Amino acid sequence: MTMIFGIPVQALLGQLLVGLINGSFYAMLSLGLAIIFGLLRIINFAHGAQYMLGAFIGYLLLTWGGIGYWPALIIAPLAVGLFSAIIERLALSRLYKVDPLYGLLFTFGLALVLEGVFRYFFGVSGQPYAPPPLLAGGTNLGFMFLPVYRGWIVLASLVVCLGTWFAIEKTRLGAYLRAATENPSLVQAFGVNVPLLLTLTYGAGAALAALAGIMAAPVYQVSPLMGSNLIIVVFAVVVVGGMGSVLGAIVTGYVLGLVEGLTKVFYPEASSIVIFVIMALVLLVRPAGLFGKDA
Amino acid sequence: MADQAVSQAWVGQGTRLQWLLLALAIAALLVAPAFVYPIFLMKMLCFALFACAFNLLLGYAGLLSFGHAAMFGGAAYFTAHAAKVWGWPPEAAILLGVAGAAAMGLVMGFFAIRRRGIYFAMITLALAQLFYFFCLQAPFTGGEDGIQGVPRGQLFGLFDLNQPLTIYYFVLVVFLAGLFAIWRIVNSPFGMILRSIRENENRAISLGYSVARYKLAAFVMSAALSGLAGAVKAIVFQFATLTDVDWQMSGEVILMTLLGGIGTMIGPVAGAALVVALENSLATSGFPVTIATGLIFMACVLLFRRGIVGEIQAWLDRRGARSED
Repeated sequence: MTMIFGIPVQALLGQLLVGLINGSFYAMLSLGLAIIFGLLRIINFAHGAQYMLGAFIGYLLLTWGGIGYWPALIIAPLAVGLFSAIIERLALSRLYKVDPLYGLLFTFGLALVLEGVFRYFFGVSGQPYAPPPLLAGGTNLGFMFLPVYRGWIVLASLVVCLGTWFAIEKTRLGAYLRAATENPSLVQAFGVNVPLLLTLTYGAGAALAALAGIMAAPVYQVSPLMGSNLIIVVFAVVVVGGMGSVLGAIVTGYVLGLVEGLTKVFYPEASSIVIFVIMALVLLVRPAGLFGKDA
Repeated sequence: MADQAVSQAWVGQGTRLQWLLLALAIAALLVAPAFVYPIFLMKMLCFALFACAFNLLLGYAGLLSFGHAAMFGGAAYFTAHAAKVWGWPPEAAILLGVAGAAAMGLVMGFFAIRRRGIYFAMITLALAQLFYFFCLQAPFTGGEDGIQGVPRGQLFGLFDLNQPLTIYYFVLVVFLAGLFAIWRIVNSPFGMILRSIRENENRAISLGYSVARYKLAAFVMSAALSGLAGAVKAIVFQFATLTDVDWQMSGEVILMTLLGGIGTMIGPVAGAALVVALENSLATSGFPVTIATGLIFMACVLLFRRGIVGEIQAWLDRRGARSED
């Protein structure tokens, strides 16, 4: 067996793949956080709960309605996006004029409620969710065994991330979004419906989290707590990358996922804290974050 | 929080009425164990001190820490370990907990004050999570089981803390001393500079204050007092577990402060009492506590951001202003 630094190559590649998959979710979630923060100036603490909600909707569609993975991939984000847009209209929109910390606290409360409700009905243990038949099984790449579903996640998340980046940087709606991020009142004066744009942005960010959630369902188990531990790591990712750039959020997500995977190979005890340690180091060297603009 | 134009009458020179209310409150706390289960009262007092210590940072320096559970629960671990494994007397074990929490505050604050506002909250949360994973794996914390069966011991070799009333009055003295310390800090020149940083950080910088140093000092003081609350809690309940370092504990102390009134002296005490009482009553009903706390969070933020005490104070101020016309 081939060895690198005394580690079998197979183990190394396996952990790198796990890292890449975690990184895919970090990237998708920090991307959504960055988009929401860019326009609404609110840190969406409920992002983890919305991710969990996406996974649970997929699970419930399957167990109650017999509706499979592919329709769920559309339905779950739409449902969560709609729900979140309503929340934005009813509650968050009242908080734009006060200190942004209140937005953080409100979404924190929302996350507690959502998690509490699902914990009440489903307990804390995870529910299994099988990958769709099309993506079941695996292929032997010669140097390693690749479960098809995991390959699909990496591919799909790349497409989603780059698609979002494209939508923001190259389309008309994205241009409105970027303009409103820079100067909302001026954009409104040009006749753009900025409040609607805010609602859509929050809904889209939440839908992105739900999409990540339904994609994660076959890999991790569907549990009410699946989002809350993840979101704290994603916060650290966001601090490292800085929320100034969409591409920065994506790249930081993948890279930190890979670093975490590598740590699992070389020093497993530190794998749960390595991202937080990197965050602390980045704060020492570049307090604004790697891609950040504001200090 | 800049928009919290909180009335400072509560913390300034007290009127005669306020002194009277304070004396009444202390008298009520002195006789309370005759009517209420002492363990419940001690839980309230520990959390009230924790919330007040947290409020020192949020209410007066304007810094929202989402990681105060690390100091609270960390101190509980240090104290429990010293009292149980090393056989230290309770006063020494508590002092170790406070010192440990202050040291942790120094480290956490050092990193967190490099960013402002929302980033500050996220950094403290991430660092507290780092500490949580450390506690999960470190051998001395006992992992998922925590440290159980911590001896209460003899305070100064004189007072037997196994007596319910003795330990109650000990906790009460610690609570009042902690509150007094916070009151002195808030009303010192140092406290005034903290408030100026909260109101307008850039102006405080331009006036020549080294803002970072003041923020760090406030963070360490808040951490040490949070540690005091956690250390005493470990002695009272005779255990230290992961619950105390969990991020949900950080959320809980924020809720207590927000509900009572950010930046008021007695708001966090009222908030802590309400939250502890609510959790106690929900514990037997089967209704999930997180749903209740989440709903209160949302209601507070949307409906009364000044908190209960803050709203009462604002109402009294409005009435006072009207009667002067």
